[in-house]
This record gives sequence, C-alpha cells and structure tokens, in this order.
Amino acid sequence: MTNNIAVIESIPILRANDQVAQDNRALLDSRDIFAVNIMASPGAGKTSLILRTIEALQGTPRVGVIEGDVASRVDAAKIAESGTPVVQINTQGGCHLEATMVSQALKKLPLNDIDLLFIENVGNLICPVEFRLGEHHNVMLISVPEGSDKPYKYPSIFTVVDAIVINKIDLLPYCDFDLPAFRELVLALNPQVQILPLSCQTEKGVSAWTRWLLETMHTSQ
Amino acid sequence: MHELAVTQSILDIALSEAEKANAKQITSIHLVIGDFAGIVDDSVQFYFDFISQDTLAQNATLSFCRIAARFRCRVCGTEFAPQDQDWGCPSCGAAAGEVIAGREFYIESIEIE
Repeated sequence: MTNNIAVIESIPILRANDQVAQDNRALLDSRDIFAVNIMASPGAGKTSLILRTIEALQGTPRVGVIEGDVASRVDAAKIAESGTPVVQINTQGGCHLEATMVSQALKKLPLNDIDLLFIENVGNLICPVEFRLGEHHNVMLISVPEGSDKPYKYPSIFTVVDAIVINKIDLLPYCDFDLPAFRELVLALNPQVQILPLSCQTEKGVSAWTRWLLETMHTSQ
Repeated sequence: MHELAVTQSILDIALSEAEKANAKQITSIHLVIGDFAGIVDDSVQFYFDFISQDTLAQNATLSFCRIAARFRCRVCGTEFAPQDQDWGCPSCGAAAGEVIAGREFYIESIEIE
C-alpha cells in the first residue's frame, strides 16, 4: 500500500493546553482580574514573596492565590492565615501547573473579591516555562544563594518572563552572586525584563516590586 | 519530566489529525525541538511507546529534528552559536543576545497510511 504523506504545518505541541489557557485568560479578563504566574526553583521564596506582597498592599488591590505544589497544603495554609482567598493544587508528582488545573482552581475562588491573582507554580525552572495558564504576566524569582549562573543552565525561562525578582539580597555579602554580570546577561537575552532585587527577610526592595506590579497591572487594564 | 504531558499532547494531536484524514495507521511523527525547549528525546520516546499502545499511532516512528541555539548580538548584529558558558559575541564581545533559534517546539508533519 502506498503511503499517504499528510503534511500538517507546524502544530504547537501544547495546542490543547494553550486553548484552555486562552479560556482562563478570557474568564480573568471578564472579571477584571490581573494574573501573575510566579516561577522559581524550590526554596527561592515564592510563598514568602506573595506573603510580603499581601502585607504591603494592605487589601488594595484585593489578592487571591493559587498554590501549586507536588503535595501538601503547607503553602496554602500560610496564605490562608493572612485571610487571603487561596486554592491549593496538588499535582500528585507533576512538575508544573497546566491550564486545566488552573481552570479547576478558578472555580473554587471567589472571583468577585479578587483584583490580583498570584499563581504560584511548582518549584522548577524548566517544566513550567512552556505551559501557559492564562496569566497576564510571568515573573521569575531567583534567590542569591542559587548563584548568578542560572541563565546558562536554564536559558529558556529568562527569555519569556516579564520580571525577575532576585530574592535574599541580604545574603549578597556571603555568596558569590555576581549581580552586575547577571544583569548584563539577562538583559542581553531579554531587554524588556524588569530586574527587581529584594529581600523578603528585611523587606528591602519590596516597595519597588509592589510599585512595578501595580504600575504593570494598571497599564494592562 | 514534563515530557509525559508533552508526549500526551503529541499523541492527541496525531490521533486527531489521523482521524480527520481517515487514516488506518500513523507511521511517523516529525517533531522539531530547539535545544532550549527543555525536552529530552529519549524520554518522549519512552512515554510514547507506552501511551501509544492500542492506538493508530502504535509503532509509529518519532523523528526529532533538533535545532541548535543561536543568538543575534544586540550590539553588532552578529549571529552566533553559544558555547557552553561562553555566550559572548565572537565579533564584539557583548553578552549573549536575542535568541533567534533554539526555542522551537512543534509538530512539523505526520505520516499516515
């Protein structure tokens, strides 16, 4: 039998996920909710950054959180203590969030009471990068002890994010994180990216981060 | 390990396209994947062999066209391939640059019978 060769031009591999992400985005837009996908290695301080941001914003805008972890409700419990609406997604071994998981989580959140939604992705610098969730902005968090050579090891994430928060700058005197070299390399890969050094421990730099966040949020709405 | 989710998407797309074309069998799936896309070929193949069982794509050949990463210098415009930790422009020495190749991540074609 002769082979029929069907050439189907360039189908994005994650087409199905992208479609659900577009639906999520449409839902968020219809409710005037600005969503930020936060990606980082485990331990970089994603939950701490969200908690510090909630404290700094003092209820305006109103924050909601989707927590993504492989297992446990540890992070969601911390967020809930602040009185912020939160839904925990456990990926049961999965290394990233997918749009369908966020779609389910959105059904459990009081969307009428949320203006700014943080989606804390699973701690990982590779897998979350390709999976759109419906977010408006992507933020990467990197912490000083991880080292400034991360762009060489995980280049992709640095090219897709809108902002990079460098956490734990209070540890700069004790680590060999080369901030100028990091900045130069990252801006060469992604000239539009905003680089925001801060410390969730000392709160230094947190106000610059919230200022950028609010400006970005208002510009996009 | 997001390769399982990626492989499931590849299989779903292939089966959906094969069904539209009334195919009896999918013989090959050609993938184009950049070196910066974070995909391990062997891992995709491993999952594919497992999840394609008892489908039209069982025994289909997966071919991987890997695209090496390339930068375009933002200072002088030279296009070059990054070498390990040496990402400097070979012409002017500026750091890295715009990623012009290496992030590809799509199905190029599917062969059916």
